[in-house]
Amino acid sequence: MTPRQRRLLGAFAVLAGVATAAAVLLSAVSENLLFFYTPSQVAAGEVPADRNVRVGGLVVSGSIERNPDSLAVRFQVTDMARVVSVSYQGILPDLFREGQGIIAQGRIDANGVLQATEVLAKHDENYMPPEVAATLAMKGEGPLAPVHMNANPADARPASTQP
Amino acid sequence: MHLMHAILSPKGFNRFVSRWIGALWAVTLLMLVIGLPWALVVAPTDYQQGESYRIIFLHVPSAWLSLMGYTMLAGLGFVVLVWRVKLAEVMAEAIAPVGAAFTLLALVTGSLWGRPMWGTYWVWDARLTSELVLLFLYLGWMALSQAIEDRRAAAKACGVLALIGVVDIPIVHFSVEWWNTLHQGPTITRLDRPAMHLSMLAPLLWMYFALFTYAATVSLMRARDIWLEREANHPWVAELMRTGAVPGGPDSPARPGPPIAPRDLTAGA
Repeated sequence: MTPRQRRLLGAFAVLAGVATAAAVLLSAVSENLLFFYTPSQVAAGEVPADRNVRVGGLVVSGSIERNPDSLAVRFQVTDMARVVSVSYQGILPDLFREGQGIIAQGRIDANGVLQATEVLAKHDENYMPPEVAATLAMKGEGPLAPVHMNANPADARPASTQP
Repeated sequence: MHLMHAILSPKGFNRFVSRWIGALWAVTLLMLVIGLPWALVVAPTDYQQGESYRIIFLHVPSAWLSLMGYTMLAGLGFVVLVWRVKLAEVMAEAIAPVGAAFTLLALVTGSLWGRPMWGTYWVWDARLTSELVLLFLYLGWMALSQAIEDRRAAAKACGVLALIGVVDIPIVHFSVEWWNTLHQGPTITRLDRPAMHLSMLAPLLWMYFALFTYAATVSLMRARDIWLEREANHPWVAELMRTGAVPGGPDSPARPGPPIAPRDLTAGA
């Protein structure tokens, strides 16, 4: 084997070794790299009680109840399979609205309600002019289409998404 | 073979870069002059984020360049380790700070974007954390390069570091698919069509190519200077200084330039 071939082999060995180590490490700590739990994971009991956790999902259309006298707000988030109720007191991010992906951080109380101390908005990966989004929503498609739980999507009224 | 040598040799590289650098700057400026108004004024507002989304035209190209820069560091490191090509050593040294700058830019623009949209400047989710790790990988590479006096030994050590660090690149890219993150999923590099309207996608790609051209231009200039510095004691550099093509020669007209080490001057005498 020439020195050059030996060096080639060595370089590949470094790459292979590091890739293997990273794969093993990442699969081992994968659980801890989750930024938030989904409502399905909450329903399955995978979320530790009495600990600060983050739960992410879409805000269910029509579920937002604001207290007119304070900043208190209650709403539900869903991953289209299960629902988690969230209670929060404070200023919500600009993007917070029905159908929006959000992440709430807090503790889940005995009634299964997430008592959130922080709510972050998770904007989606779609970028389009407002007219295009409105046209899509009229057809019941696109990011502005309403998010309903246990409802036939055909029943979704596009008008209900209008603020 | 002759053409290869004409570009790959230090002298040929110097001539090649010096000849084309003006044109590259012209292309860079032209692309920015077209791209910036297109991105910041002409492109439509976003249905959800309004005008704020326009920072994407800086954020996404910066992030792409940060990934590309380190991938190139690793590729050049591989070439250095196996074939000992000097041009690869010099190019890696030239690219590293440029890539680091774009990594920092991606982090800062992302942070400024996150505050109004997400409600926070920073979260430790997988995408943001792995991109921050990438910045440290760049800084580590540069620190290691500076710590070793012998340039060839430094290039070898840095090559190994880049080969180890490159594992972060797929992690940055796939982090939004492998784990739940606050950062949204891929918009453009996904299997079905991009989730971005063409009227926004076109200026985004344009801005990417504009900033890529800028990064390439700056990197080539840096590579030229690094090679001049490395070969300061060689006759061809002394000849360039004597003719005034490179500042620092005894006959060169007075003009602002970096201070020249004494040995550079004696090389021209």
